[in-house]
Amino acid sequence: MIERRPFVQKILKNRQSNLRVVSGLGTSTWDLMSGGDDKANFGFIGAMGQAIPFALGLAMAQPDLRILLFTGDGDTLMSLGSIATVANHPVTNLTIMIMDNESYVETGSQPTATAGKTDLEIVAKGSGIANSYTIHSEKDYDRIIKTIYEEEGPSLVVAKCQAKATPLVFPHSFDGSVSINRFMSTLKS
Amino acid sequence: MEGTIKDWRNDIYKVFKELDITMVSHVPDAGHTPLINLCEKDNEIDVVTLTTEQDGVGLSCGAFAGGRKSALLMQSSGVGNCINALALPNICRIPFLTLVSMRGEWGEFVPWQVPMGLGTPKVLEAMDVKVFRADYKEEVGSTVDAAARFAFNTNCSAAVLLSQKMIGAKQFKNG
Repeated sequence: MIERRPFVQKILKNRQSNLRVVSGLGTSTWDLMSGGDDKANFGFIGAMGQAIPFALGLAMAQPDLRILLFTGDGDTLMSLGSIATVANHPVTNLTIMIMDNESYVETGSQPTATAGKTDLEIVAKGSGIANSYTIHSEKDYDRIIKTIYEEEGPSLVVAKCQAKATPLVFPHSFDGSVSINRFMSTLKS
Repeated sequence: MEGTIKDWRNDIYKVFKELDITMVSHVPDAGHTPLINLCEKDNEIDVVTLTTEQDGVGLSCGAFAGGRKSALLMQSSGVGNCINALALPNICRIPFLTLVSMRGEWGEFVPWQVPMGLGTPKVLEAMDVKVFRADYKEEVGSTVDAAARFAFNTNCSAAVLLSQKMIGAKQFKNG
């Protein structure tokens, strides 16, 4: 099982200038922000289930950038159909990385469907995202980096993580208009 | 009849072209089909078929963040699926435009369509979406144009309800 926060920080550490990172609500956003404030990040704090479609729209609009989404199993399960939409409107520049801790950690660690019989890699493959795989260890770092920057997407990586609450790290602002305008300022030429 | 039906969808399409709306997402509805077909024939417009209407809200916001304008097409029954997702354009002040083909109002024959049809303007307004309405084909173009400009110029959410009076009878025969 992966310890998610240091792993996310490691992925972000030597990030390339063509990378834009989006995170789903809750722990994924605190993880992303723990890697340091960067205008090229946009973190959801609400609108559960909307991170995958948002990342798809962004990837379609910015085909020359690489788009990485960190999100959780809970957020993904709320809009499973969005995986089918990604598969059928393929974008080559999108990596969806699901930090799958098999629980709703923020609300008291109730188990999600992935703690039971649901396997998000198989969901993704069955939905039509061929480049889908699961990792259980930080040793797969090099593979992830290759997927994010080089492989033809869409890609979906299920990273099996420890179900451990981590300290909250807030973004620059809780005001969505501030966050999105900072993010968009990195997209203007 | 065919000619006039085609015309008001053409009027919407013209607004899309004039305002550089290049992404159209939808859960299909017969009322939107001629417009969807026009958009699919246009190489400059990406048409995204959704599995649930709410994903069109996120998609539209991501596209706008990336510099592209879009519109979500749905039936009134889909509006209820979007409620929490509408927080995203609201809190981020991202322009959001949706065109809603109405059911459950003018001469409806399926009772299951009535609750969401009646609820559609109320829930949109409850989520701070500015609601426009077109009851006659002659006003569709100007109404969609006004709603789109409202959304994209004021960074707010806008919906156009396309009345069942305008769409309706033909579908009843086919249904």
